[in-house]
Amino acid sequence: MSKLLIENVSRTFAGVRGGQPVKALMPIDLAVAANDFITILGPSGCGKSTLLRIVAGLEAPSEGRVLLDGKAVNRPGPDRGMVFQSYTLFPWLTVAENIAFGLRERGMVEKERDGIVASYVDLVGLTGFENHWPKQLSGGMQQRTAIARALANDPEILLLDEPFGALDNQTRGLMQELLLGIWERRKKTVLFVTHDIEEAIFMASRVIVMTARPGRIKSDVAVDLPHPRHYTLKTSPEFSALKARLTEDIRVEAMRTAQAQPA
Amino acid sequence: MRPLHPVPPGIRTVLGISFFVLFVAFWAWITLGGHVNRIFLADPLSMLRDGWRLLVEDRFWLDILITIWRVFGGFLLASVVAVPLGIAMGAWKPVEAFLEPFVSFARYLPASAFIPLLILWAGIGELEKLLVIFVGSVFQIILIIAVKVGSTRRDLVEAAYTLGSTNNGIVSRVIMPANAPEIAETLRLVLGWAWTYVIVAELIGSSSGIGYMIINSQSRLATGQIIFGIIIIGLIGLLSDFAFKAFNRWLFPWSLA
Repeated sequence: MSKLLIENVSRTFAGVRGGQPVKALMPIDLAVAANDFITILGPSGCGKSTLLRIVAGLEAPSEGRVLLDGKAVNRPGPDRGMVFQSYTLFPWLTVAENIAFGLRERGMVEKERDGIVASYVDLVGLTGFENHWPKQLSGGMQQRTAIARALANDPEILLLDEPFGALDNQTRGLMQELLLGIWERRKKTVLFVTHDIEEAIFMASRVIVMTARPGRIKSDVAVDLPHPRHYTLKTSPEFSALKARLTEDIRVEAMRTAQAQPA
Repeated sequence: MRPLHPVPPGIRTVLGISFFVLFVAFWAWITLGGHVNRIFLADPLSMLRDGWRLLVEDRFWLDILITIWRVFGGFLLASVVAVPLGIAMGAWKPVEAFLEPFVSFARYLPASAFIPLLILWAGIGELEKLLVIFVGSVFQIILIIAVKVGSTRRDLVEAAYTLGSTNNGIVSRVIMPANAPEIAETLRLVLGWAWTYVIVAELIGSSSGIGYMIINSQSRLATGQIIFGIIIIGLIGLLSDFAFKAFNRWLFPWSLA
């Protein structure tokens, strides 16, 4: 059985000021196997974030449904951890308190929390920063904390919405390796949204390419590159071949988006 | 001068102080120089002399203490009612829809116009003074806090939901801490306004306090005392503002840049 099932999910936004309703997502079907790392690649505005938010339960689909372990999703919950593109650490909590947030909401006692928090602080390499406020951290460190905060809850699936989109190129590369390293060791089901082709291939065991708005699935590409992956993989011939193919796919869509915009 | 260009801190202090000096110098010039009638405006020196006499002989410090107590008492009363209401209005939209129109209307009712009514209800004792400040502050606090709470960062709320927060958890562990510094800032602002209400309350039907001293001095043409009273109010306001600011900084270290 699939871990996550997206069945015929579509989303239409009501028209602004009596205008035409906007179709953001065409009906989408997607089955995600347990412990798969899936990246959703698409041009900006294609509805990929909307799809992720529907899985998270932060938005309702206009039609269709999402099943996690056979149970229908209709509201956000701790079984679906989420990392956002914007920095969403709670500014009034320290790094350790941020990571402990979900455990605290669950009513876990402090003693029990501390051990778990310490292990995730270690996992994302933030030892020594436990008592820093988010404001004192760089963007990369904030996102590492956000990943640890989502993972500490031990969710069934991890949802990431362009989590490294606001980071500079070098930091982004390091973060990709860090997240992939965690996935290789701990095995989680991951849904990762990005518009970066290299990132999509490097992270994924399977890349879902979406069309321009209204988004649908254009192609579904398995990435059979070996693990553990090292950043040098990005210059290998196999990687380049995949990149060439996806670049062509996404280019057509990006051009369609550009043409659809009024001048 | 280049627009928006910052001024060095040293020069900033000098400029700030020099206006005070100019102001007092101008005051001294028109009064001591005989350009205005002494009856209507005392000079700085007699203001200080009158002030000293007030403090030493007339036990004016008792009036100061009474006024401070009234400000803080009325303000505390208003805060205790307004902060929870403001949070509730900001967090739960039906509560806002229910109360917002009335509070917006009540905000424009001038506190000073309530004084005759409040005297009828509560007499001319302490309760009436507290109520004037209460009426003047409570609606302002409610509205400002409701707006701040209503604009809580949505992404933080969403993040908390994906971490398993319940609706009540969102209010108590996201909305409240996220807005606590803004709420404290609002209280600091409104405390400043409370100082104006207390004087108005003391000008009418009162037998103690700084405002009473001022109205009492008017009938004796003691303009030196009036000015001294006004300056005392300004100084206490400034001091309590500084203390409030420092307290907020100590309370919310995370909100500092």
